[in-house]
Amino acid sequence: MKNIISERVADFLKNFPPFNMIPKKELQNLAEQVTIVYHEKNSLVFAKDESPHANFYIIHKGAVALKKIVDDETMDICDEGDIFGLRPLIANENYQLEARAYEESILYGIPIDFFKPYARNNHRISNFLLESFASNTRNPYSKENKGKLLGSSSIEDKANLELSDLQPIRYSKKLIACDQDMPVKEVAILMSKNNVGSILVVKDELPIGIITDKDFRNHIVSGEFPITTPASNVMSSPVVTYSKNMTITQAQMAMMKSSISHICLTQDGTVNTKAVGILSKHDVMVSLGNNPAVLVKAIKRAKKYKRIKAIRKSVMQLLQGYLDNNIPMGLTAKIISELNDACIKKTIELSLQKMETPPPVKFAWLAIGSQGRSEQLLHTDQDNAIIFDDVSDDKLPTVTNYFLKLAKHVTKGLNTIGYEYCPAEMMASNPKWCLSLQEWKNLVSHWIINPGADEVLMSSIFFDYTVSYGDKAIVNELTEHIFFNTKKYPIFYVHLAHGALQNPSPTGFFRQFLVEQDGENKDFFDIKRRALMPLADAARVLTLYHSIKSISNTWERYEKLAELEPPNAELYLSCSYAMKALLKFRTRQGLLHHDSGRYIALDQLTKEEKMKLKRTFKTIKEIQELISNRFKVANLLG
Amino acid sequence: MWWAKKKQEYPNFWNTYTELFTKKQELNLNLSETTFTVLDTETTGFNFSDDRILSIGALKLVKNAIAIDRVFDVYVEQDIYKKESIKIHGILKHTKRKLISEQEALIKFLAYVEDNIIVAHHAKFDITMINRALRRNNLPELKNKVLDTSTLYKKTLLRSNLLKQKDAYSLDELAEKYNISMKDRHTALGDAYITAVAFLKILTKLKEKKAISLKWLLKQAT
Repeated sequence: MKNIISERVADFLKNFPPFNMIPKKELQNLAEQVTIVYHEKNSLVFAKDESPHANFYIIHKGAVALKKIVDDETMDICDEGDIFGLRPLIANENYQLEARAYEESILYGIPIDFFKPYARNNHRISNFLLESFASNTRNPYSKENKGKLLGSSSIEDKANLELSDLQPIRYSKKLIACDQDMPVKEVAILMSKNNVGSILVVKDELPIGIITDKDFRNHIVSGEFPITTPASNVMSSPVVTYSKNMTITQAQMAMMKSSISHICLTQDGTVNTKAVGILSKHDVMVSLGNNPAVLVKAIKRAKKYKRIKAIRKSVMQLLQGYLDNNIPMGLTAKIISELNDACIKKTIELSLQKMETPPPVKFAWLAIGSQGRSEQLLHTDQDNAIIFDDVSDDKLPTVTNYFLKLAKHVTKGLNTIGYEYCPAEMMASNPKWCLSLQEWKNLVSHWIINPGADEVLMSSIFFDYTVSYGDKAIVNELTEHIFFNTKKYPIFYVHLAHGALQNPSPTGFFRQFLVEQDGENKDFFDIKRRALMPLADAARVLTLYHSIKSISNTWERYEKLAELEPPNAELYLSCSYAMKALLKFRTRQGLLHHDSGRYIALDQLTKEEKMKLKRTFKTIKEIQELISNRFKVANLLG
Repeated sequence: MWWAKKKQEYPNFWNTYTELFTKKQELNLNLSETTFTVLDTETTGFNFSDDRILSIGALKLVKNAIAIDRVFDVYVEQDIYKKESIKIHGILKHTKRKLISEQEALIKFLAYVEDNIIVAHHAKFDITMINRALRRNNLPELKNKVLDTSTLYKKTLLRSNLLKQKDAYSLDELAEKYNISMKDRHTALGDAYITAVAFLKILTKLKEKKAISLKWLLKQAT
């Protein structure tokens, strides 16, 4: 029976292959047989070796990751309009991959029995299905299955089966090599001359070892060997070799699997044939287009929110790469925040284009909270506000309305590109956070003069603002106003300091970790509330106290504080270090579990990681004591 | 005398329906194993005594999935038609759709809903409308347990004195918040679909906060 939902489904299906090859009327019939399935983020659609479902799937909303379980290798991430779970259509056997919702997703399950006749009778459809199947499994050899599909015979050759990720990797063919007896000093000179970070050690043209920059540090500079030692003493051996025809994805996986940064490519992939090139992690990253400059360019060129969303996926890959390569956290955070900022900026620009008129007065878009502190490396909630130039009272309502409307576009756009709405409505689209300069001044004065618990909480979120877009002068004026007022009402520091000490302690009396007691995150350690927030809160109080302007990042604040208060420099620097270490921790966890990384499963940490975490707690305790003493918080309790 | 009061005779379809409720419902069931009937009604207006149901749309939600060939979609023949409400639901008196009598619609609906947990947005309105229709046909009220997405949605919001909560959130607001397409808004089945998706998203949000059970959900009803 045709109904509104089946119409809705048919309307969606008709835009995507293979359904666009099915006549409209028949598509209607098919749509009536569809099952709509909802999947929470990270929930399982089907497991490896699960018996085949009665449906295959097309993604209506969200994304699904297809994984090989053996090595946790992600084969593909399917997006809106992509089909997957085709194995039961192709062969009557259990699933070979695992499918898991990468985002919250709505899938349309297409009944296989009902669909089979179309696939059998229409060559274009069966071709498309085979190609999709091959790309899902990233297995070019499923070409062999061609002609077997559902008993249909002869399918004309398809040249465009080559998918971009399946393209063989590009590597430099100019191979720099030395033999095993060459003194390392000469090896170093050879490498410098050719401007390479790694060199192959060969014997009779076959690869026997590899020397990278790191080996010089570990074996020569450390004093282990003199610079006259032969290459064979410092090289890593044997060499990990692969065939020169490996794909980008394979290369990436290979490096991750053996945690190496260089792969040697040989004729047939074994050590017994001639080496043809060296592939470094850097080469892989460039091949993927994952370098900040390329990404910034792509962001600037984006014309739709959806495009930015796709780019942000690459940003996350870049982040993973940086973490894997142990790039200093300060730098990583800077680059990633820079890219995130670029995304936000572009979103605002696109939203401005949606408005009928240009902004009536100057304005600034503020990132607040963790985003304002540039400590937002993973996708989390959006926290933002608008501040606009003062206008006469009679014009205020229309101007406010204009910016509210703009903010609605922007927050919706940010949501599309992957920032969840703020559950506390701390967004510029909320009339409370879309104010003129004068209104903001009044509001912050109120917080500073009447520092109740709520006002302090507001200040602690809002006072970490940075300008994402627009006019900096207005924002500076507000900053001056805040400093002026806090100097005038020093009691505010005491309250803010008191607020900063409210975060729950990370460890209990016996130095055990304290974990959450209830909810989905029961028995997990809340790294944000128990470790990151105390540090960020303490930094804020001290920064305000010193009227430090336009530094909102927590570790940069501590670095500045170390400069200003030499006697406490050591503590401040260790705070700065702890902050970076914790953030790195959180980011790693987040990437690993594909969430915000806030909750950490302690039983999955190594002893070393736990020790590392605990060391930062000592620092947290010390900085809390410092602000407690300095601002005489105890008096407040009396 | 009370013992002499003759047990009222009800038609077979009603007895079949009530028999489903004789066995005690298992409320500790895993949420994902529970069958929900998500419904919406379109009516001639908002007055419980004067206004009438024009259509009922419903779907079954089992294990987070909706089978399209199992949806419920009926249009009811009514004598009362109001111009104002036509603007909203677009159902004209002389529609080309197949109309059935109120009684027939109820028979079909009872057979469809069985003993499922009913989910609706501002559920009280739809349930009362159906109950009034049942009363007009000399039948008692629905026996199903009911969940209201408008009250459950409020449980997903942060509670803070800084954040004023509205008393009621419309289906439009939920659809906007959760990015659900508002196509087919104001058709019973279309709204039932939006409600179902919103319901699933609400459950996900609630689960982030705490472990939820069917029992807990039902407790939030008020």
